Order: sequence, then C-alpha cells, then structure tokens
Amino acid sequence: MTDVDAPPSGGPAAIDAVPLRHPWRWVAALVIVILLGLFLYGAATNPAYSWSTYREYLFNERILLGVVHTLELTVLSMVLAIVLGVLLSVMRLSGNPVFRAVSWVYLWIFRGTPIYVQLAFWGLIPVIYRKIQLGVPFFGPTFFHLDLQSLTIPFLLATLGLALNEAAYMAEIIRAGISSVPEGQMEASTALGMSWGMAMRRTVLPQAMRVIIPPTGNEVISMLKTTSLVTAVPYSFDLYSIATREIAARIFDPVPMLLVASTWYLLVTSILMVGQFYLERYFSRGASRKLTSKQLEALAKAQLGGIP
Amino acid sequence: MTPMVRAEQVCKSFGALKVLKGVTLEIGRGQVLVLVGPSGSGKSTFLRCINHLEQVNAGRLYVDGDLIGYRERGVKLHEMSPRDAAKQRRDIGMVFQHFNLFPHRTALANIIEAPMQVKGVKRDKAVARGRDLLDQVGLSDKAEAYPAQLSGGQQQRVAIARALAMDPKLMLFDEPTSALDPELVGEVLEVMKKLATEGMTMVVVTHEMGFAREVGNQLVFMDGGVIVESGDPREVLSNPKQERTKAFLSKVM
Repeated sequence: MTDVDAPPSGGPAAIDAVPLRHPWRWVAALVIVILLGLFLYGAATNPAYSWSTYREYLFNERILLGVVHTLELTVLSMVLAIVLGVLLSVMRLSGNPVFRAVSWVYLWIFRGTPIYVQLAFWGLIPVIYRKIQLGVPFFGPTFFHLDLQSLTIPFLLATLGLALNEAAYMAEIIRAGISSVPEGQMEASTALGMSWGMAMRRTVLPQAMRVIIPPTGNEVISMLKTTSLVTAVPYSFDLYSIATREIAARIFDPVPMLLVASTWYLLVTSILMVGQFYLERYFSRGASRKLTSKQLEALAKAQLGGIP
Repeated sequence: MTPMVRAEQVCKSFGALKVLKGVTLEIGRGQVLVLVGPSGSGKSTFLRCINHLEQVNAGRLYVDGDLIGYRERGVKLHEMSPRDAAKQRRDIGMVFQHFNLFPHRTALANIIEAPMQVKGVKRDKAVARGRDLLDQVGLSDKAEAYPAQLSGGQQQRVAIARALAMDPKLMLFDEPTSALDPELVGEVLEVMKKLATEGMTMVVVTHEMGFAREVGNQLVFMDGGVIVESGDPREVLSNPKQERTKAFLSKVM
C-alpha cells in the first residue's frame, strides 16, 4: 500500500544550471583597482604627505591623550544628551501643556542656532557669571559652590555645550521612535492596569528603540567629530586641537597631522559601528517572524520525526 | 446581589459626533452578554467605556457596584486620577481585535508582565501561573515564541491568557475573531466557551452568531448608538421583533 501524502523516495534531482555571467562587474572592478593603484603610488611618493612624520606622531603621547579626551567628550555629552532627549520627548508627548511648551521652546532655541555659536557662548559663561552658588539668598547657608574661573571648567562647558545641543536632536529622534509604536500597544498596557509612565517605560520605549538606535548611532559618530568644534569654547585638549593647533603649528607640517587625526577618528568610528550592529540586533528581537537557527533546527527535527 | 455591570443611560460623543445615545443594560455575575450590530453602531465604544478607555459623557456606568471613571462626592462627580482609573482596570480584562500583544516579549513574558509590574507578583509565582494559563489555552509549547512567530489564532489565545493573568472579574472581548482566518476562528471561540462555562462574566462584541446562540445568556442588538432589541439569544436570533434587527440578521446569517 502506498501513502499518497508521502514524498516520492528521492524526489526530483536538484537543479544544476549554468550561472548567469556578469562581465561588467569585472570591468568596473578592474578600472577601480587601476585608479586606486595610481592614487596610492602618488601618495606614497609625494613628499608633502611626509609619511615619516605620520609614523612618528601616530602613537605620540599627546595624540593619545587627545584621543582619550575626545572619547570622554563624546561619551559624556552623548549620555547626557540621550537622558535629556528622552525627558524632552516624553514631555513633548505628555498631556501636560506646560511640559509640552517647555520642550518645544527648548527645541526651537537649541536646534535653531549653530552649535559653534552655542559653544562660543558657553565659553563666555565664566565672563557673564563669575561663580555659581546654590543656597538661601542673602544670609543663608550655601549648599553648592562652583568657581567658574577654575582650570577644569572648559571641559565641563564643552561637554554641556555639546550635550544640550545634541539633546534637541535626540528628542526628535526619540519622539519619532515613540510615534512609530502602534497605538494599540499603549491601549493594551492601559487595559492591563499600567500607568502611563509604566506603559511608556515597559511597552512603548523598548519597541521604539528599534527605530531610535540606527539614527542614534549616526548621532554618536557625528558627535565624535563635532567634538573638534570645542575649540570655540576654547577647549584645546581634544584630538583635533592637539593634532593641528598644538603639534602641526609647532612642526609646520599640517598634512601628516591631519592624517594622524583622521586615522584615529576612523578607528573609533569603526569600533562604534560594531557596537551599533549588536545593539540593533538586540532591540529587533521579536520584530521578525524569521526563526533563529536553533528554532529552525528543532522544526526540521520535528519534520524528520513525522515522516515514517 | 449587585450586577457585575450596570449601565444607566450611557452617552458618549466625540466632539459633535454622538456615538452612544443612552445605553441602559445590566449584566449579572457569570453571565455572557453578546453585543451585535452593524459597524459604527457604538458597540465597541460601549465596550471601551466599561474599562474607561473612553470617558463617559453622560449617564452612569458601574462595574461591581463601583462607578467607572468618576468619584461621586455628594451630588458632584469628580474626574478620577489616572492612578485610580488604572486600579479599576486591573480587575477588567480586555481582548482586542488585533491582539495587541507586546511584540518584543515572548508569549510567557507577555502574560507575566502585568502581574509582575502592576500587582508586584514574584517572578516564580507569575511564571508558574503563566505556564498554567498557556496550558489552559492549549499553547504550553509556545511559551518562548515571540508573537510574530505565532498564527493569529495562537496570538489571540495568548492575549486571552494575558488578560486572565490579572485574575479579572470581568472580561471584555472586542471582535476577538474578526481579524482571523476562518479556520482559526474555532480555536479562539473554544477557549472563550470554556471560560464561559467556568463562570467568567463576559461581554463579547462579535459577528459569530453561532457563538452567541450557544454561549450567550443575553444578546443585545445595537444600531445608531442605542439598543434596538435585546433578550435571550436563541429567541432574538430565530425570532427578531424589530425591523432593523431582522434586516441586520438576514445579512450576517
């Protein structure tokens, strides 16, 4: 007796077709390799690049210090910007009209003026306000005191300047992410007895992350390079300032120093891109109906077991 | 004994649009009320008023003797704080047409979310209860699956389990089978039928007349924001009195 549902033993042979040829791919590749070769040859033989200077300064102590400062500026200002951005976007979407207005005005000012101008302004804060004190006015005690004439202030001001500007952009990215989550999600959470804040935190924001992460990765990479503008504060110990203002100006050779700075920016960016890849993968869980390799294996096993 | 739901002249309008124009009904404990009517008749809006997803404009709506959405102080009504409204919703389960499962959480994580976050149930307790509920809806092997990996019928059964995890005293179903392939409708109705026989009070908006006839204790036909006809489902379905009911039933049956 034969079972009609069972696949015929062996089945048809797998298709063995001649693959389609793509000659133009090879031509394009050849042209590009030739052009690249010419450029590399030119760069290697042109004395203006002064590769010996490049090699000498690539791992220079001051340069490495600049890298560290640039990373510090990037991470600190980005963390601050994200926290403030979440706050601003939630305020913008909340039912409270005062919060909505404050958030809108903030966005209007910080997104509407150039970052360079803002940084210059932050640099002038010590001139406008000589010190900051928190306490009871007149005869009361002082709880907090900050002397704006101190030497560590430029770093603080640079971080704040970058963060407050970036927060405006982050707020818009996060707001777009929150708006991308279907309304039914908030509704289902509400129907389960969650408060607005809890539903935001547990249901909406985690789903918004999938939309928020890619542009935020862009912003981090962009921030890494925007740190070179802190020279407006003026803060002069970041990678770009040290490479150009300090070293290139001293040795009268800007080209290799720009290459040194570029190499480090590129390296850090590459590391950030890897981090972004893993973050995106984590927050996209559940977004696709594609099965993991583990689940596929289990299904295939079940299918094999089902056939007598 | 107070009825589970008591609606007195419930009205709801969105701006100038009047969707509910005075709905009065009662649902006893352990009863299943089936709401039917053409789209735009206000049946879903009424359902959403019961757990305060929509705020009632006029009339009174009580669940288990508690006024929904407002505090009564003397003759004045005070709008309820979001916190108190959330507390009221805890005891009212809701199942949506489009499931609205949390796509970033597995089936089990969907179910234990509210008990843990809202009620503060310990994790192992919530998980044990969650697995038990998954078993009840016939999905004990899908605990670790994400919603996108489940069929519509399976998703809706997880959604029912999720609502049941809060131990509600009342369950609201908003067209639970309307978004499903025909062959998947049965498995969801089966779960609902079981729930009804276990004594759950249910309000079901549906177009499944077979379900209404078999499980419903009371059938309410709404049109244009008012109740046109109500009564025993078998009686109303086989012997409608009103012209509008007859016209509607002739189209769906």
